[in-house]
Amino acid sequence: MSRKAETDENKGILTAPYVLEYSYTRSTGPVLGRFLSGLRDKKIEGIRAADGRVLVPPVETDPVTGEELDEFVQVGEVGTVTACSWLAEPRAEHPLDKPFAWALVQLDGADTGLLHAVDCGSAEKIEVGSRVEVSWRDERHGFITDIECFRLVGD
Amino acid sequence: MAEDPITGIVCPIRLDYTITPGRAQTRFLRGLENGKLLGQRCPATGKVYMPPRGSSPTHGLPTTEEVEVADRGTVTTFCIVNLQFASTVREIPYVCAQILLDGADIPFFFVVQEVDVNEIRMGMRVEAVWKDPSEWGPTLENILFFKPTGEADAPRESYKEHV
Repeated sequence: MSRKAETDENKGILTAPYVLEYSYTRSTGPVLGRFLSGLRDKKIEGIRAADGRVLVPPVETDPVTGEELDEFVQVGEVGTVTACSWLAEPRAEHPLDKPFAWALVQLDGADTGLLHAVDCGSAEKIEVGSRVEVSWRDERHGFITDIECFRLVGD
Repeated sequence: MAEDPITGIVCPIRLDYTITPGRAQTRFLRGLENGKLLGQRCPATGKVYMPPRGSSPTHGLPTTEEVEVADRGTVTTFCIVNLQFASTVREIPYVCAQILLDGADIPFFFVVQEVDVNEIRMGMRVEAVWKDPSEWGPTLENILFFKPTGEADAPRESYKEHV
């Protein structure tokens, strides 16, 4: 359906769906590759930065000094919301087909937030400080969607 | 059981548009629905544009007069496609040509079939092969391809302006 209002002037003008779709295959590199491989085994790994912080998802080089990082650290499946935004009308490409929250989740043991979807029913139920846990998919392929979403602890 | 480590991921990029051809091209597409090729005439020069864009590219004036052009015309230039690429739906080699339809003042681009690629030439007369009318819709896909008519070649004078 066209979103443009039907007026007398444009009545009868044709519209058609037009989809542009490209499927890129991206190389993950060794660090993100290991992170994604870990998700397949329900394991979430971050990496220790030069200043001691644990970065999740892990990165290949230190964000401050630029040095190569290689100390992987496993973190928990439970974490704390550090920022969130409610999405009332999800679109086809979104991870959930019902209203949900985008949130930065700082997993226990991590010092940075991982962006993911939180399925919590309504906007009132989530706020900065909410405790959430991973909901794993049964079939995992080594992709960020192996985490289906996060849910409120105790939900 | 150890699985291979992940080294690459597929990232789909998808853009979902609803497009409209606008008023002028809607008239053109409605014509196609009835098996007609409707060009539009520039009020200043009298030239007929096909497919029409709704305005004259040389004078910027609305082209409101509809002119039916023939579904046959003259090859002004052509290209023989010899390379297979991802979205190719035809067997190579095949021919794409600029075709100056009788009654139009600008050539338009189409596939020419039922011709040996060694036979295609400037000036060759070709005609549209349409789908069965029961399958017609508001689309140029109503025309399957163009094929040679067997007429004598058009003299160069008749299309040299368009080469």
